[in-house]
Amino acid sequence: MQPQRETVLQVRGLGVRYQTRQGPVHAVTDMTFDVFANEVFGIAGESGCGKSTLIRALLRLLPDNADVEAERASYRGQDLLTMREDEFRQRILWQEISLVPQSAMNSFNPVYRVGDQVVESIRAHRDSSRAEARERVAELFDIVGLQADLMRSYPHEFSGGMRQRAMIAMALALDPGLIVMDEPTTGLDVLVQERILRRIREIRGEIESSIILITHDIAVIAEMADRIAVMYGGELMEQASAIDLFETPYHPYTLGLNNAFPSIRDIGGELISIPGSPPTLIGPVESCPFESRCPFRIERCAEANPAPVEIGEFHQVRCFRTDEPEELRRLAKEKSTWRS
Amino acid sequence: MAVLELDRLTRHFEIRPGLIERRLHKAPTRYIKAVEGLNLSVGENEILGIAGESGCGKSTTCTMIAGLLEPTSGDIRYRGKSLVGLEGEEKREHHRRVQMIFQDPYESLNPRFRIVDIIAEGPRALDMWSDAEILDRTEAMLDGVGLNPAKYADRFPHELSGGERQRVGIASALVMEPEMVIADEPLSMLDVSIRAGILDLLKGLQRQRRFSSVYVSHDLSILGNVADRLMIMYLGQAMEIGPVEEVVRRPKHPYTRALIGAVPVPDPRVRRPVPKISGDISRPIDPPPGCRFAPRCPYADASCGETFLQLDTTDPAQHQAACHRLHLLPDEGL
Repeated sequence: MQPQRETVLQVRGLGVRYQTRQGPVHAVTDMTFDVFANEVFGIAGESGCGKSTLIRALLRLLPDNADVEAERASYRGQDLLTMREDEFRQRILWQEISLVPQSAMNSFNPVYRVGDQVVESIRAHRDSSRAEARERVAELFDIVGLQADLMRSYPHEFSGGMRQRAMIAMALALDPGLIVMDEPTTGLDVLVQERILRRIREIRGEIESSIILITHDIAVIAEMADRIAVMYGGELMEQASAIDLFETPYHPYTLGLNNAFPSIRDIGGELISIPGSPPTLIGPVESCPFESRCPFRIERCAEANPAPVEIGEFHQVRCFRTDEPEELRRLAKEKSTWRS
Repeated sequence: MAVLELDRLTRHFEIRPGLIERRLHKAPTRYIKAVEGLNLSVGENEILGIAGESGCGKSTTCTMIAGLLEPTSGDIRYRGKSLVGLEGEEKREHHRRVQMIFQDPYESLNPRFRIVDIIAEGPRALDMWSDAEILDRTEAMLDGVGLNPAKYADRFPHELSGGERQRVGIASALVMEPEMVIADEPLSMLDVSIRAGILDLLKGLQRQRRFSSVYVSHDLSILGNVADRLMIMYLGQAMEIGPVEEVVRRPKHPYTRALIGAVPVPDPRVRRPVPKISGDISRPIDPPPGCRFAPRCPYADASCGETFLQLDTTDPAQHQAACHRLHLLPDEGL
């Protein structure tokens, strides 16, 4: 399916710095991407790559010690970062952009019925009667595959998968244009995960929202996303359509991730890890963040941080060595390449 | 000869109702039947994978194999000798021979100990060698898991990354020279890019030091990569066992088919069919005597709720499923 080109979210040169006792931590650096209408935009990355900081910056949920700067960060033309706080909360958060947080397990208040919590969140933003809101919640429960009588249950009566589905119902409640899902199935059993992912795919046919799906699970993102951005060390290393990212990857980090991820369809296939560990991001960034772990590094990589290179439509790569993709892909398949 | 044999191994946990429930409502004591009638044998130098969802009894099984939990009934034999009721010196020796690698490298290392003391703690507690030899072996072990002793020995856990900590966890298990290693989800807390390295390390060390392993995970893609044989569990019962390739490529049991069919594939062109399974997983509280998967199984009939077909471990290489309606199932290889 070709995504429509109407831009919902536009981000240009977004950076986030945390002030800490060890000095400034550059959690997110120079992020530039678009999310189009009606698409699933996947953000893949390992722990500490800045993916959660990125979305917290866009939703203005960062702690006080974080400094956000951006050339532009807008939702359908409205600037998200300069808008007044109360206006942002009243008009954007939940109404236009909603969040399914990472620990949906603990996101409900344990002493209120789950249905009532969704009803209240609707009534906090919309001028609707309790009965209308209830009807809407019943409808939402049906969409996510929960029986309507579960509205009267308390969070502890729900399994992990049910809580996650209720959280998705909450995120859909106000018909937002963009839903951010932060690791929506991490920690769930595989059959429960399967059902939730299938439900999300089905919901896409019924609603008009775009979805940003954040996960470290390469298989989940391959199945769900139309386009994928790969983050490392607070930067966007490569972004492309899902097919291009898996079939014609350019960035050494993307190549390495593909090697390291096991597939149930390839039993006994060789897995190759990326030596070393991710950067701490303390202090200014003057080189490519992947430089120290990259088997294809050249002298320039330590001296300057490469700017994104345009490979094709929607395909951008942050690397100095984008002119020799076949050679890098061939070498990346050999285990000896990745010995540190 | 099998190193480890489980013979109708069973473990129940009691749920005692509260005083008021008992007195006023005459509530009976109920039981969580965490593991029920498990038969299994693990051979010399073999890696046995156990897969299943939360609550399937895989961790309870491991705890019993490690000798940390007594079975309710059935037997565990280690090299032909029963572990049930083992005490004193023999129990200590079992604790040395069977070592565990834990899931969470952030919680399982004592934060106040230096790395060298974490690894040396086991040998020191059991007085295995002289102080000097323990130190030598600790350093050699650090080297063996890919951590330079000069650099890492005097550090504290908080100075290490997750992958480095898991390497320390592996070193402190293997320094005991175990004959069997039980790894309960050893990769699930680690990042994708370093998982393969830990997996390689475990496989390499196993070849080199020759021990048997029981490797527990909910991640079938990883088990497919590491295990020789694979056992699938559901609510305390063994559903299927066989060589890993057989089980993953040609699953027999309806549950295994659903489970393997639900695993996402890292290829955007693959479209998986919808797994044939209904309802949600329950808890094994006073379950009916038959197959516990029957309520969710699309192929079940009335007899499935009454009798459960046990796996037979006389031929470990055999691929078998605990289902008496297999002949009725469609053939669907991957």
